[in-house]
Amino acid sequence: MISRRAMIAGGALALAGWRSRSAHAESDAFLPQGLPDGVYDTAILEALPGKRPLIKLSYRPPNYETPLSYFTSPFTANDSFFVRYHLAGIPEEIDAAQWKLTVGGEGLAQPLELTLSDLRTNFDAIEVAAVCQCSGNRRGFSEPHVPGVQWSFGAVGNARWKGTRLRDVLERAGVRREAVEIVLNGADGPVLDGTPDFVKSIPLGKALDENTLLAYEMNGAPLPHYNGFPLRLILPGWTATYWMKHLISIEATTKPFTGFWMKNAYRIPNGKFPIVEHFLSQMTAVNEPITEMVINSMITAPAHGDTLRAGGTAEIRGVAWDGGYGIRRVEISTDGGDNWSEAELDDDVGRFAFRVFRYAFTPPRPGRYQLMARASNAIGQMQTAKLIFNPAGYHNNVTRPLTVDAV
Amino acid sequence: MMRWMLICGLLMISDRAVRAEEAIALKDAPGRDVVAGYCGACHSLDYPRTNARFLDRKGWENEVDKMIKAYGAPIGENDAKAIVDYLAANYGADR
Repeated sequence: MISRRAMIAGGALALAGWRSRSAHAESDAFLPQGLPDGVYDTAILEALPGKRPLIKLSYRPPNYETPLSYFTSPFTANDSFFVRYHLAGIPEEIDAAQWKLTVGGEGLAQPLELTLSDLRTNFDAIEVAAVCQCSGNRRGFSEPHVPGVQWSFGAVGNARWKGTRLRDVLERAGVRREAVEIVLNGADGPVLDGTPDFVKSIPLGKALDENTLLAYEMNGAPLPHYNGFPLRLILPGWTATYWMKHLISIEATTKPFTGFWMKNAYRIPNGKFPIVEHFLSQMTAVNEPITEMVINSMITAPAHGDTLRAGGTAEIRGVAWDGGYGIRRVEISTDGGDNWSEAELDDDVGRFAFRVFRYAFTPPRPGRYQLMARASNAIGQMQTAKLIFNPAGYHNNVTRPLTVDAV
Repeated sequence: MMRWMLICGLLMISDRAVRAEEAIALKDAPGRDVVAGYCGACHSLDYPRTNARFLDRKGWENEVDKMIKAYGAPIGENDAKAIVDYLAANYGADR
């Protein structure tokens, strides 16, 4: 189907000609409306090694998002999964046989050094289906726009993650009573000495949760390089900032970790978002670290600008997710939010996973229709209709309409 | 110093990425080389290009300040001003 918007844009550009025609006409086909101008001028579809063409927002460090049209199943394929790095010092290749994870810190009784084979053979293997979503997913839609990677819908994916429970590893090392946080570091790092290495911490309670994994497999295959090979943290329900890639070190601390990426970055203003789980040892009087994902959904078909047949039935399909409380209902509006009807939900594949929804839509007459989806969960939360602005553009779960025409 | 930073940055990435990155054209205007040299040492130049055109001069000042104070970019006062001037003039909201 040819995007109506691409056609209109192409025509307008031919007339106006003030912007690079090829660049804009091209990005228009895979980018939604509402992003900063510069994104349409710069973003391209490009394949990293081992990946399908994704939307390239930056080369170095690589930040590539999944086009909406790729979300055709509840699980996101490894070659379609988004890529996000903070710092450009990325390991080119990692030899899994030589790789080691160090486990230590003053909060543990017995330091350990583990190989990948230790993890695979000496611990139980657990598999969890979970959504991995960048805290800044949809930042590009913020009004007003805020600086950062200008993500649209695609800094999110759902996969089956298999690995060792972090709890089992910590228990083997002996968690001391004084332990407060678990600090995680990966093999990627900064270009300059003066740039803080990307290091994160999580509360001890989350580290000991049965769903928190050190994953070496994703959807039945080794992790792709750009998704953290050979080992990454999986923290179901919480945003991807904690899901440390290329994991090389785990430390239990007896004091709150004070690194830049905890103390200064990835913080949200207190009290603005409906958050159940807080990171208590990192809270201040004004802000707190981002924690669980807010409830969200996206329509994956039809696409913005598609043409449907009046009187014919089309399926509106998409996925919904939250912080693990359980999607209970997804409602669809075909008139821009005035009226809502309940969609059908596919089988639940896990409370941390995408929940697929479907709705049979028969446009009664020719014309333009504004399609929207809004999800609610088992603890009574619903997506917001109005943006909850915050300076870093986190937690954007606004119900966004897309437009289709029936002829 | 600038050349050293650029070399360090480029060594980290593959030839393929370097070639693709070279296609990112910043607007040819005064200050372009200072921006390419300093900013390009740690990240590709599509960062400023995608973050356009919504930051006013103050907004770009804050970004450059963050790169210096939070991320340790060794940029002197005059070069920092040249970078802000260029970004505000070419990728700013108040063009």
